[in-house]
Amino acid sequence: MNDLTEQLRERVLAAATARAPLRIRGGGSKDFYGNPPSGEPLETGGHRGIVAYEPTELVVTARCGTPLAELEAALEEKGQMLAFEPPRFSPLPAGERGRGRGEAGGPALSPNPSPASGRGELGATVGGAIAAGLSGPRRATAGAARDFVLGVRLIDGRGEVLRFGGQVMKNVAGYDVSRLMAGALGTLGLLLEVSLKVLPKPAAEATLRFELPQDKALEALNRWSGQPLPLSASCWCDNLLSVRLSGARAAVAAARERLGGEALADADGFWQGLREQQADFFRGDAPLWRLSLPSKTPPLGLPGAPLIEWGGAQRWLRGELPAAQLREAAAQAGGHATLFRAGEDEKRRAGGAFQPLAAPLMEIQRRLKQGFDPQGLFNPGRLHPDL
Amino acid sequence: MGASGEQIQLGEAEVERLVAGLRRILAADELLLGREEVTPYECDGLTAYRQQPLAVALPAREEQVVEILRLCHGLGVPVVARGAGTGLSGGAMPVAQGIVLSLAKFMRILDIDPLARTARVQPGVRNLAISEAVAPYGFYYAPDPSSQIACTLGGNVAENSGGVHCLKYGLTVHNVLGLRVALVDGTVVEIGGTAPDSPGYDLLALMIGSEGMLGVVLEATVRLTPKPQLARVAMASFDDVVKAGNAVAEIIAAGIIPAGLEMMDKPATRAVEDFVHAGYDLEAEAILLAEADGTPEEVAEEMAAICAVLEKSGASSIRVSRDEAERLLFWAGRKAAFPAVGRITPDYLCMDGTIPRKHLAHVLTRIAELSREYGLRCANVFHAGDGNLHPLIMFDANRPGEIERATEYGGRILELSVEVGGTITGEHGVGIEKIVQMCAQFSPEELAAFRAVKAAFDPPGLLNPGKAVPTPRRCSEYRLTGSARQG
Repeated sequence: MNDLTEQLRERVLAAATARAPLRIRGGGSKDFYGNPPSGEPLETGGHRGIVAYEPTELVVTARCGTPLAELEAALEEKGQMLAFEPPRFSPLPAGERGRGRGEAGGPALSPNPSPASGRGELGATVGGAIAAGLSGPRRATAGAARDFVLGVRLIDGRGEVLRFGGQVMKNVAGYDVSRLMAGALGTLGLLLEVSLKVLPKPAAEATLRFELPQDKALEALNRWSGQPLPLSASCWCDNLLSVRLSGARAAVAAARERLGGEALADADGFWQGLREQQADFFRGDAPLWRLSLPSKTPPLGLPGAPLIEWGGAQRWLRGELPAAQLREAAAQAGGHATLFRAGEDEKRRAGGAFQPLAAPLMEIQRRLKQGFDPQGLFNPGRLHPDL
Repeated sequence: MGASGEQIQLGEAEVERLVAGLRRILAADELLLGREEVTPYECDGLTAYRQQPLAVALPAREEQVVEILRLCHGLGVPVVARGAGTGLSGGAMPVAQGIVLSLAKFMRILDIDPLARTARVQPGVRNLAISEAVAPYGFYYAPDPSSQIACTLGGNVAENSGGVHCLKYGLTVHNVLGLRVALVDGTVVEIGGTAPDSPGYDLLALMIGSEGMLGVVLEATVRLTPKPQLARVAMASFDDVVKAGNAVAEIIAAGIIPAGLEMMDKPATRAVEDFVHAGYDLEAEAILLAEADGTPEEVAEEMAAICAVLEKSGASSIRVSRDEAERLLFWAGRKAAFPAVGRITPDYLCMDGTIPRKHLAHVLTRIAELSREYGLRCANVFHAGDGNLHPLIMFDANRPGEIERATEYGGRILELSVEVGGTITGEHGVGIEKIVQMCAQFSPEELAAFRAVKAAFDPPGLLNPGKAVPTPRRCSEYRLTGSARQG
């Protein structure tokens, strides 16, 4: 337990005086994400510890530098979880290694080498998970990172410590600034603490596997999602559709009976590999594109074979693909494309990691940035060149 | 000047130009002018606060909304958007120098997509109408505020409405995927959508619960939830509210997230039973309703677990609904709690704080003490699963000084909610009613951040000015006088 609020605040104030931008960094596990970071590194890993955890209130509050692994272990002890399954994208702690990917476990699997000395041990932090706003396999049914954010404490660009939301499920006092921080990549403020809604772990889980071509798999996923079935994750790749069921024992058993398919043995390892992008599909250095689409979008016929998650709403592609064509195809379908992992040059050629926004929305975003961080101190350009 | 609209004074010439402009945009029966015509719009569900607007616009087409906003933007006229007017915090109360923009005519469900599990609706569509329209496809719209027969989706977006099932199924913010919004200058934008995780900042999160201060909702795309095959509710009596509160904690500790989890205290139960005859136990100090839904097997498993916990927690009696009719009857009492209390008192104020549930006993004790101090009765209805407490303060506005006493009593309850780590409003919004207590919950710097959010969407501060976020001056007055009362 370490409260470094004052030290962090002094750093922000000093940066404000010197007009020297800061690059906020937790465990460094998501350095690859977004546009290339710039600014003087401001490490938050020391500001750590679980501040409050009330299992019967379904709320946990942790400092930003708390390792996700530590937080999830504390929840696990009480039979609870972060239902949005935030990816860590960092080597699993020693104890969990090998549990994940069976014989293939270990750091060699990691698509990115471990970050430089020392950082790798810390791994992903709570602050980084919320700032990145990424969610794992359970997202399509349980909700996204932002859906579980109840409150934040942050330092704004003036060095003020501000609190929004709280530790209760329902709170409509003032605008929902807490959720705004999810996915803002630290560009609006330095997250000091976050309060998250947690959920009980399901009593039972089972994973079923079906051999289906892409179009049939998408059709089945959308149809099943419209039925009262305890679906909790899905993945299609190489003509194999995997579907996870979670819930009461009776509900999982009944759904298994109804859906058929073949039960998958090392299911935990499979979903963990997907969540951490350690599955075969994610290996190697080829650029990784993420397409976010309405779930029922038919196969897009883009180059390369996709890996599909979230009932059809998240589709991954590998390779040096034409950015303009991908973004156009995604937009046509009502979605967007992100160059998720790639070299800096590749991201520059793609016009940035993220899909551009309509002009009036961009204008609102600029003014928001101006309001929270008038001098542009925090992670300049990480989310967008103007923010 | 951001958020300055509440001080706007229009000259006669501007008012004339406004009326002439509105006449160009709207047909005669779409524009209400003059005292008698606008009076029905002078308040919302919070009738203690009233204000006559300059005019009420009742457009029927999107282009008219856009033109009205352009006109008002050009003239610097405040605009207060309004749905069904069922809000309980005065969020839709007009501004003296502004117009009311009623979206009541936007009542069309534009699209139902069963495969994608979404519906696209206009803002004036009633909450319940969505569930009715999608029922044939096996779906419903999950958020179910008690006013769902009347309240509109546009209003739900403005307030981030909840309901009795939101512990399991989420609030409006979890069930609205995208919005088509007219900004203050009439620019139309799409925010969010059915593809997950829009790029950039999460403007959708800001729009939902923004009390009509950031933009005017033209369309909403909502998530539809498959209707569970079965739902059953357990009704348990307790001779002590503390025991009932502990039972709620124990249910959650057992890893159960009930579809609904509600509590009522004795005064609330009595008022309701007289009205609805739901078979509530009149001797109980607290009644707890816990619902399980899902497949028949799932419901059986969960209901058995719930009943075991209730018994262990000292429930004096437990009844489980035998069929759908009985389930609805058990719920009917809870859903009618507000009107039931309305029958036994000339007037009542409904508070809306949320508290960490572990402080329930302390908060209820303090509410009872304050009830004696102010000489006013209070009944408590509690969304136990999520900590949202609705004390209903009973008073008679015709007795001199009673409304002031009731208001002050309510304010004390809200401040108490903040003290124990909760919030002044869980689902009804700040509006005009709780604007002073915002100064208790937030620091001047935090309030300044809210003003920055407002200014990012609405630089001239014309959309529903004077609501939800207090001015610095109002807060410094509160800090001078409010703290004295605390002592």
